[in-house]
Amino acid sequence: MKEEGKGNNAKKFGMVIDLDKCTGCGSCMVACMAENNVPFKTDESNKLDSITWMRVYRLRNGKPFPSADICYLPRPCMHCGGVGDQGHSPCVSVCPATATDYSTETGIVSQIYTRCFGCRYCMAACPYHARYFNWWDPVWPDGMEKYLSPNVSARMRGVVEKCSFCFHRYQLAKDRAFVEGRREVKEEEYQTACTQACPAGAITFGDLNNPDHRVNQLVKPDRRHGGRPGNPHAFRLLERLQTNPKVYYISGRDWVRQAGDHYLKSEANRPGH
Amino acid sequence: MKIDRRSFLSFVIGGAAGTALSPLPYKLTDDLSIWSQNWPWTPVPPDGEVSYVDSTCTLCPGGCGISVRKVDQRAVKVEGMKGHPINDGGLCLLGLSGLQLLYGPTRVRQPLQRMGRRGEGRWRAISWPEAISQVVAKMRELRSADNPHTVGCILESDRGTVPLLFDRFLTAYGSPNLIRTPSYQDSYELTLHVMHGVQAMAGFDLENATFVFSFGSGLIDGWGSPVRMFRAHAAWRQNNAKVIQVEPRLSNTAAKADHWIAIRPGTEAALALGMAHVIVKESLYRKEFVENNATGFSGWTDGKGQSHMGFKELVLAEYGPDKVAQITGVGADAIESLAREFARAERPLALCGRGRGMTPGSTGEFMAVHALNALVGNINRPGGIWALPEPDYVGWAELEMDDVASRGIQRGSIDGSGNSRYLFARSLLNRLPEILNAGKEYGLQMLMVHGANPCYTLPDSKTVNAAFGKIPFVVSFSSYMDETAKNSDLILPNHTYLERYEDVPAPAGLSKPFIGFTRPVVPPQFNTRHTGDVVIQLAKTMGGHIGRALPWGSYEECLKDTLKDKWRALTEEGFWHQPDFRPPAGAKAFETASQKFEFFATAIHAETKKDLDALPHYRPVEPEGDKSAYPLVLIPCDSMRLAAGFIGTPPFMIKTVEDTVLKGEQVLVEVNPETAKRLGLAEGKTAVLATPKGQITVKVHLFDGIMPDVVAMPRGLGHSAYDKYLAKKGANFNEVVGPVADPISGLDTAWGIRARLQRA
Repeated sequence: MKEEGKGNNAKKFGMVIDLDKCTGCGSCMVACMAENNVPFKTDESNKLDSITWMRVYRLRNGKPFPSADICYLPRPCMHCGGVGDQGHSPCVSVCPATATDYSTETGIVSQIYTRCFGCRYCMAACPYHARYFNWWDPVWPDGMEKYLSPNVSARMRGVVEKCSFCFHRYQLAKDRAFVEGRREVKEEEYQTACTQACPAGAITFGDLNNPDHRVNQLVKPDRRHGGRPGNPHAFRLLERLQTNPKVYYISGRDWVRQAGDHYLKSEANRPGH
Repeated sequence: MKIDRRSFLSFVIGGAAGTALSPLPYKLTDDLSIWSQNWPWTPVPPDGEVSYVDSTCTLCPGGCGISVRKVDQRAVKVEGMKGHPINDGGLCLLGLSGLQLLYGPTRVRQPLQRMGRRGEGRWRAISWPEAISQVVAKMRELRSADNPHTVGCILESDRGTVPLLFDRFLTAYGSPNLIRTPSYQDSYELTLHVMHGVQAMAGFDLENATFVFSFGSGLIDGWGSPVRMFRAHAAWRQNNAKVIQVEPRLSNTAAKADHWIAIRPGTEAALALGMAHVIVKESLYRKEFVENNATGFSGWTDGKGQSHMGFKELVLAEYGPDKVAQITGVGADAIESLAREFARAERPLALCGRGRGMTPGSTGEFMAVHALNALVGNINRPGGIWALPEPDYVGWAELEMDDVASRGIQRGSIDGSGNSRYLFARSLLNRLPEILNAGKEYGLQMLMVHGANPCYTLPDSKTVNAAFGKIPFVVSFSSYMDETAKNSDLILPNHTYLERYEDVPAPAGLSKPFIGFTRPVVPPQFNTRHTGDVVIQLAKTMGGHIGRALPWGSYEECLKDTLKDKWRALTEEGFWHQPDFRPPAGAKAFETASQKFEFFATAIHAETKKDLDALPHYRPVEPEGDKSAYPLVLIPCDSMRLAAGFIGTPPFMIKTVEDTVLKGEQVLVEVNPETAKRLGLAEGKTAVLATPKGQITVKVHLFDGIMPDVVAMPRGLGHSAYDKYLAKKGANFNEVVGPVADPISGLDTAWGIRARLQRA
């Protein structure tokens, strides 16, 4: 009884990305960079030090011409719930500075730059390469600092950063709701920058716990099992690690769903995900 | 107290334990990290009042609506405009990067006059009156020598008030040389002109199509209005519409299509005609349309008693599935089943224009693809291709001419467009460099460039640069220091689209009449001036009938005067459109001599006197080069992540480019693993790519999605101007490719070139 009551109040913000609709254009990446004051360098072709909170990966099916196929997979931070969905995300568990934390109210994994002292344990722990380290101080060319948004602080050399599900937008939406005398933020009031920008409409964002929200209807998460998707075409990355990510993918193609996890050779044709 | 070993150890251990238990170390670590992060050079963006300004993005011909978020007077983010008929909230990555162009280091901050050699980058800042008087002095000099026709002007488009101001100014001045940047739209306009007899733009009712057959068009790689295409793509997924992509390379469009048909590059027209063969032979075409609304389907005899071949006879005789299979490499069975599926679909739509559509194509090919639409009768009908009237809201008073102007106009355009040789083309920018280099025509003494970057975007860079060197006076109106601006003599920088009023008519491929509108989001950041104002001022300073031709006091006045009743809709909503527009159907749709759709284009026949030219046909456009010296074929590939037009790729976009496209300063070309193995090349290896036009150093990326013996190179890299985030990265595809003029239209039909790839 008590637990149920608690669960009803708590939100679990999550994202569903339809890989069949995604065209791999990269708008989500740029929308994210522009929203979150992500810096850039002269050479960004070394992807290990190129900061992209949202990164679009290109998957290949490995078959020869003309059976080859590709699929794009946008990867934000997964905002993992951890084993049992209790908030023991891989990164949160290892942070010695409490610079990254799991919010049981929203399910969002935070990152507080001023607390981070750059040990990069979280980067080692994250199985999704969603975290990036600022090896250099950010430098904007003369005049370009003008477009920096006051909603997100610029980071400095020596700290780790990652996707925040545009948490500042949630704060703004809550403030607005409060001023208007509402307790709840509506689904369309809180949307991430990538969701808003996606020209293909491939990204859906909302509260996974709320059956009225489209994300819940799309994947039908099983709350007893850490939110495992009920939709047979939906999957999460590295499901077997039990990190319980809050980012779900949908694809009608078997090889794409299989690419979401590691398999032994003998398991190659495992049904489902 | 005596300090012995015991008490010393107790003190040290006790102290250590005490410190560890106290909050001190944690507090210190925290303080240290805070202290070490509060550097004065880490910017703290000032807060302020938030507001939104709606406008239109002009960075590509897509015409998306944008909503720019401002904090006080700073623009901080460009977002898609909700409820906009084209993009409804979504926006592509170039549009999202717009502020990097507005505030970026590539802006030209004041009028500049060249010092030193061209392209050296030494400039002198001059005042606006001085800049304008320099242009006027040159133009007066040419006019008094009776040479007004030697002034040329290259624009991105010839629609909208600013291009039309240029047009009016040049006509009154006496120059016929207003040249627009070529694209697949030129070929479509020509096709509609000869087959429908109308002067119209091709609109595609994609959202309602149930079967989309794309002959190499990068439907989601930047073709047409990109965001609208993404939305149409999502709608097809939702409605279970079928999409077929015909292309030698697994592009994003091919990967997302229901079927990818790998075809030999350049043979798309043959496939279209092979499909027509099956549709005609099995009588699957829509008889009602073909019999009542079309001519030239069967052979006919003209007034002089001469008999002509019909479309039916041509495809039945020449394009049997087996023969087409040999040409295209697509199996005969596949051709037959594709044709049947296409003809039986509820609302099938065939379209073409390779990749992003930056190069036009051969007349025969566009006609062949369009003939497929005619066979299924899907012209000016829901889910089909629509002939969209050109925008006609600009209705200025009749132009007054003097003798010099009339003589100048009578000289005819330098590129040969509209002359008897290439009657159908509106402009032929691709022919200009060679004509200038050959020196046979009259040549250009002055060139104005607005909204275009021909030094980068035209094929065969070497020839283009040599041709530009032959023009004594080049004036650029660019807001950015692009390649053409860098190689000009005078730059009169325009406001960017976020700082000015302007109408943005007719976004590419839309099926309904539409006008977008840009308005100043922020005040001009630098000492720039609206090009519309500059043209008006040039005319005023020239004086006489030229000044009277552009009677407005300012561009804004001209715009208000021109748009009349549309001004309110545009300023209030940000766009004007006709959502209930339907193209004329049936007999009213065609304005050819026969008042019908012409499979046999009599207009072309009147010019070339050959039956085959007038019919949709496949005539191989052989890529330049000798097969033994250049055994491979090089084709370009387009991607949304690289802007390849007159706008350079901003830093955010460059960041999204994969390391299989650009690594450090080198571009990667796609090679089939089988071909690479034969050439002794491995992933990431440096190689030399040589074509008859030039030679560049590249890296190799093995990709199973590319046809063996074909090499694909991304378009949009290899800039020599702009900033350090874009310049000197990779190579420009145009350095290694040349144009091939279509024998009928003169438009560029080159889809690739022969090439050689060797280990470096």
